[in-house]
Amino acid sequence: MNALRLYGHYAAASVRAQLQYPGSLLTTAGGQLAATAITFLGLWARFDRFGQIAGFRMAEVALFYGFVNVVFAVADSITRGFDVFGPEYVQSGQFVRLVVRPRGLLLQLFGHELRLSRLGRVAQGAVVFAWALTQLELAWTPADVATLLFAFSGALAMFCGVLVLQATLAFWTLESLEVMNVLSHGGVEASQYPVSVYRPWLRNLLRYVLPLAAVTYYPLLSVLGRVDPLGAPAWVGRLSPALGFVFFGLTALLWRVGVRHYTSTGS
Amino acid sequence: MAIASYAAPFSVRFQRLLTYRAAAFAGFVARCWWCSLKLMIFDAFYTSAPNASPALSLAQTISYIWLAQALFSLLPFCADPEVTAAVRDGSVAYDRLRPVDTYTYWFARAAAWLLGRTAPQLVLVLPLSVVVLPAIGLGAWALAPPVSLVAFATMLLSLALGVSVAAATMTLASAFVVRSGDDRGVNALMLTLAFVLTGSELPLLLFPDWARTFLLLQPFAGVFDTPLRIYCGALQGHAIVYALALQVFWVFALVVLGRRLLASALLHLEVQGG
Repeated sequence: MNALRLYGHYAAASVRAQLQYPGSLLTTAGGQLAATAITFLGLWARFDRFGQIAGFRMAEVALFYGFVNVVFAVADSITRGFDVFGPEYVQSGQFVRLVVRPRGLLLQLFGHELRLSRLGRVAQGAVVFAWALTQLELAWTPADVATLLFAFSGALAMFCGVLVLQATLAFWTLESLEVMNVLSHGGVEASQYPVSVYRPWLRNLLRYVLPLAAVTYYPLLSVLGRVDPLGAPAWVGRLSPALGFVFFGLTALLWRVGVRHYTSTGS
Repeated sequence: MAIASYAAPFSVRFQRLLTYRAAAFAGFVARCWWCSLKLMIFDAFYTSAPNASPALSLAQTISYIWLAQALFSLLPFCADPEVTAAVRDGSVAYDRLRPVDTYTYWFARAAAWLLGRTAPQLVLVLPLSVVVLPAIGLGAWALAPPVSLVAFATMLLSLALGVSVAAATMTLASAFVVRSGDDRGVNALMLTLAFVLTGSELPLLLFPDWARTFLLLQPFAGVFDTPLRIYCGALQGHAIVYALALQVFWVFALVVLGRRLLASALLHLEVQGG
């Protein structure tokens, strides 16, 4: 049985389980929608007062906002297993049960849960993204569509990498590290605005350490047909999403180091 | 003495929260990250349109953001998690057996929860902003001193009222949880309201002018927006007296509402578990 089919079984089981409680699902999805819609209200209020930021209009920033929120919501929905890895697998010793199965560990953790409640956030981000598109009237070329899809998968890989890193650290800390929220939720917040508004230290962090700019800012600039105010050549955005996969690959390597360090616990 | 039976659970919970060092550190890193982002974003917005915000200047906004982030844990964004757990597993029955007033007991514990999580953040964030930033030449980004000593003293008084508003709001939400037996709806609503209406997402004075009267009158403004406006001089003169009176009014109204709701909810209390 190939990995993708196995994941399909995991996902289907998780979806069936959640659909047993439709009321609960609707409440949590609605809560997600409201909580993220409110951050967009804040963004709208800023533009209502100040008009623009560093030469970017609201519709352009809304494109960043919608894109990163949809990607993050999808990543958030498939990475629950990594988020709760410390308390639910390491502290309890449950991790051993994954190790003895003849299937990949990362695959099994991706299969932990497919959280449907994140659809609320996906919907909110998608609506903002669609609104931005109606305002911008972009001339789409096949290359733009390809860039957007490449950026989506690269950003998804990067956010999954952050969660793999969080789970890896749990081999040592045994806890779920809330500090990592700075990279995930904080990363979403940071990439809602053009990277050019940040000071060099933060900008470089977002470009070279956590390749957030590579999977959101540069490819979306290409789609918008805008020149980077910081002077990066136009082809950068077409290729840079690859860094998201590189980041994921590096965290997967670190994960192997963590697995080797693991000593069982529990009874 | 009666006060002691509420002061004791307050201090127990307050001191227990202070011992979570990893949580305090995580909170500190998150606060620094969010401050950095917000400060740079606002700097860029104010540069784009320097005269767009006569009510709150960039310098005032910088001070506001530091204090709002340091006081972030004062946000009443949920019902008391321990009350929620007690309703779920039935141990709420123990709370009913205690020879104390349940509302006051839960109010004291809510205040301890808010203050116990806020205190470590204040101790970590304020020295960073006030001492470290100016020392490394970033004084323009630091928390400025209060506009006057009187403003500072008034801010502390207003902040004490703010803690009361937050604790009363949390206890009101807890009463809803007791009544409905479920916390998800209430908490989703509280989270959404608290982030916007307290000024945590955006200082209330920066929302569109047409919404200002409503935003400044609603109860969540009393949590920390009012004290912070006093601190940075956006609120001056007689207006301060009115703002303090409004906070007192909301504390009173929320306590009365919470008491009535809790009393009626406890009449129909179903104890779960066994």
